Amino acid sequence: MISELHPFIGFVHSTSEPSDVALGSPRVLARRFAAALLGALVPVSVLLLAELANRLGWITSNLLPAPSDVGRALFELGWHTVAVHVAASTARVAAGYAFGAGLALVVGSLVGLSRTARAILDPSFQALRAIPSLAWVPLLLLWLGIDEAPKLAMIAIGAFFPVYMGVVAGIRGVDGKLVEVARLMRLSPVALVRRVLLPAALPSVFTGLRNGLSLAWMFMVAAELIAATRGLGYLLTDGRETGRADLVLAAIVLLACLGKASDAAMARIERRALAWRDVFDDGKPR
Amino acid sequence: MTWSRGLRRLLAGPGWGDTAAPCESCDGSRDEIAGAPALEVHVRAKRFGTRAVLQEVRVRLQPGEIVALVGASGCGKSTLLRIAAGLDADFDGHVRVAGRPHAAPSSDVGFVFQEPRLFPWCSVADNIAFERGGASRDDPQVAALLAEVGLSDYGGALPRQLSGGQAQRVALARGLAGRPRVLLLDEPFSAVDAFTRIKLQALLLALVRRHRVAALVVTHDIDEAVWLGDRVLVLDADPGRLREEIAVPLAQPRERDSAALASARSHVFHSLRAAHAF
Repeated sequence: MISELHPFIGFVHSTSEPSDVALGSPRVLARRFAAALLGALVPVSVLLLAELANRLGWITSNLLPAPSDVGRALFELGWHTVAVHVAASTARVAAGYAFGAGLALVVGSLVGLSRTARAILDPSFQALRAIPSLAWVPLLLLWLGIDEAPKLAMIAIGAFFPVYMGVVAGIRGVDGKLVEVARLMRLSPVALVRRVLLPAALPSVFTGLRNGLSLAWMFMVAAELIAATRGLGYLLTDGRETGRADLVLAAIVLLACLGKASDAAMARIERRALAWRDVFDDGKPR
Repeated sequence: MTWSRGLRRLLAGPGWGDTAAPCESCDGSRDEIAGAPALEVHVRAKRFGTRAVLQEVRVRLQPGEIVALVGASGCGKSTLLRIAAGLDADFDGHVRVAGRPHAAPSSDVGFVFQEPRLFPWCSVADNIAFERGGASRDDPQVAALLAEVGLSDYGGALPRQLSGGQAQRVALARGLAGRPRVLLLDEPFSAVDAFTRIKLQALLLALVRRHRVAALVVTHDIDEAVWLGDRVLVLDADPGRLREEIAVPLAQPRERDSAALASARSHVFHSLRAAHAF
């Protein structure tokens, strides 16, 4: 038996299944490799086609540069410069997301658990949620200046609402039959939340956390496009102002990679935390 | 003979529990009123809005006794169980467990639902010991209960790894984990296949006898009612009223194909038909 620290419900005990043992077997590795090949099919074909179209002169390279030119642009920037931009953006996303998602977990739990809190807060949050991201920009610039603060606030706002929605929906949607069992066992309100409501809401919470993470990346770009001296959003602006489509595309490719990597990491945490679920597709080879 | 006895009993008013074994569970470790039935439910009236669901229903169970409750769908059987469990306190009447008022859920009363209702993120052992905060599969009480329900190797398994029958075995073990005096079962085996049901009925019988709990089983299955029940209570619908109490004075375990059991089955069948259950 493996005991591990669960992010929301403390220690959980899980049994190691036979299928876990088999994860390293050649057959499973081969199947994973095949899945990776399938996933690479579309991007590789698109890259080849774009390269070909450029080389054959079907499209002008100053509008859509060849993938090799994009690669060269990245290389010419130098590892150090690329790393500075990536690190700046990633740090902003991490800080803004931690703040926004953390707040959403607390407020969402409150609204999910208490009818009073829901009656007071939920209508306002639904209205705030409807505001487009760019509408916040002038206000945040007025209030917080042009330093890091407005950017982090932007990202936090972006991350907040999906997580909030996930937590509220998750708690409200907990199976009443399980709550009845908890009633029979005379769980205290705190124990009911910790041992029944939060774990039962966890699948929905994770959906919110993943949606919030992708929105955090989007809001980060919006924030950096306005005023920044570092970061991938700055790279985008710089590329546009200097007419360098290759630079713009390089920034876009970096954003795609970072978004995919962070979502994959989150999905991995999700899979581990929700291993108890009996679902159609649990990501395991069958 | 059974029939005339049931009728006599009905006419004579409440004369309870003479088929049950005398109370022997007075081990002194738990306070109880001497000679009091394990469970005593008296519902003068239970309404949902203006509709009377139950009216003048009395049920008494002695320790170690199994009573089956049958009746048409919607006649208030499940409501009666919820009242007995203390889950529903909005009724006119009273519930006593071992002679003491019982108005809210307690460890004296275990409950097994139609569905297993296990917590899917907890291991089998944690589910069984959920009330006291979970336990490992090596916990003596959990291990003993697992052995009793025939799942000794499954303490560390997750509910999703169990079959429907296995999950219901875990639910039975959980129902007994609080060392209750009374076990309430709401159509516990209606969701499993016929062969599994027969096995689970035998398991329930053994568990009830060994733990000396009083079991009140709601069921739609006439065979189940007469095979398990020391008595079978037939409820009328609209409002739910006690129509007939049929004693099944046959030694257990019973032969499923015996003539005596067939006679009891026929008695319950006719009573249910008279109650317009089908």
